[in-house]
Amino acid sequence: MAFDWGLVGQSIPLLAVGLLMTLRICGLAILFGTALGALLGLASLSGLAPLRWAVRIYVDFIRGTPLLIQIFLVYFALPVIGLSLSEFWAGVIALSLNAAAFIAEIVRAGIGSIERGQSEAARSIGMRHAQVLVHILLPQSLRAVVPPITNELITLVKGSALLSVISVYELTRAGQGIIAVRFAPLEIFLLISLFYYVTISLLAWLSRWLEHRLPTW
Amino acid sequence: MDTVLEAIDIVKSYGGRTVVDRVSLTIREGETVVIMGPSGSGKTTFLRCLNYLETPDAGSVRLRGTPIGVDSRGRLLPEATLATQRRRIGFVFQRFNLFAHLSAMDNVAIGPRRVLGLSLDEARHRAKEELARVHLADHAAKRPAALSGGQQQRVAIARALAMRPEIILFDEPTSALDPELVGEVLEVMRELASQGMTLAAVTHEMRFARAAADRVLFMDCGVVVEEGRPEVVIDKPREPRTRQFLAHLHS
Repeated sequence: MAFDWGLVGQSIPLLAVGLLMTLRICGLAILFGTALGALLGLASLSGLAPLRWAVRIYVDFIRGTPLLIQIFLVYFALPVIGLSLSEFWAGVIALSLNAAAFIAEIVRAGIGSIERGQSEAARSIGMRHAQVLVHILLPQSLRAVVPPITNELITLVKGSALLSVISVYELTRAGQGIIAVRFAPLEIFLLISLFYYVTISLLAWLSRWLEHRLPTW
Repeated sequence: MDTVLEAIDIVKSYGGRTVVDRVSLTIREGETVVIMGPSGSGKTTFLRCLNYLETPDAGSVRLRGTPIGVDSRGRLLPEATLATQRRRIGFVFQRFNLFAHLSAMDNVAIGPRRVLGLSLDEARHRAKEELARVHLADHAAKRPAALSGGQQQRVAIARALAMRPEIILFDEPTSALDPELVGEVLEVMRELASQGMTLAAVTHEMRFARAAADRVLFMDCGVVVEEGRPEVVIDKPREPRTRQFLAHLHS
């Protein structure tokens, strides 16, 4: 069987539409997931024990269950309790909630790695626990958490392929549509791979740029 | 003179070992007290108990008569209340502990800004004043990493001063410094003492103790062995342990 270059050419615009959707969903999920993850990470170091336990339980649940099931839960289970979401927003929310749990752990570890003397000095001038976290420890942990958070966001982008099962017309789903009509899995799956690869490489490059722009102290 | 800080029978143990064993200390307005003693004598732990960086197992600390860290029934205060008490007690660390991500100026300004609620302009204005007081007006924009140890420690002193504390505690402020940088830090401490600031310092700097201290405490094995005027404790110590330690220090 010959490699169908003509089909590759025709598929690029179709896949580009899917890619655009992938980028929109992932962009939003990266934003929400990182923000929520940072908040959860801070909460996991809070002085309030119930808040710490709540985050612990949440992180354990997300880590202990497959992303696919979490997507199903958001898309199919939430409507049962009266929360109906479009596929688009179900996808954004599922990916955000998933990434946030892992990012929370990264932020917690990053803050925990800052030298003890920093928080002691902050307490000695009368800062409250939350102020120490936000003004002293969080800014100093930023550079260290960029690479592991990037790893997590790359996982997020790859995970977005699973949204094809709730019929979000994203990159993977767009490819599957072409395969169903033209039956050319080799060409299309290779092309999809290339699209993901370029997207993720861009994300990794952005992360390295950001990491180098953040000071080392 | 009024009593600024009073510690009564402070006890602190780690894993069954009593590091500080019923140590008491009264510091009056404008006084400079130096605490000396061999390493492991409990002097640093005692100092850290004074502003509740360490929670004492027993005993009490009073700041102008008000208990620190506990309410009138002796229960531990919530963290936020303790924080409002700590701002009245300055603390200078052996290893400076300047906030690594902030300029010298912002290291000093962040307390007035975030803790005392001053506007950014007011806080920076105050920071400028305090940096000038420790002779670092020209270094305000530098990050801690760009400053020498002696400069960092002086910024740390300015950071404490900016909170307008009623007393400043110094934990071996010159022990982490190269010998040639010790003088500039001691100089600033002497100036503060002569300006009437109330100080308590854990240090082995005899020249500073002689020149600035009103009282010297000698601690060993968690207890105060000897206490008195510097010319007595340093030059004519009564206790064998004090003599032994001073002989070691001079050899």
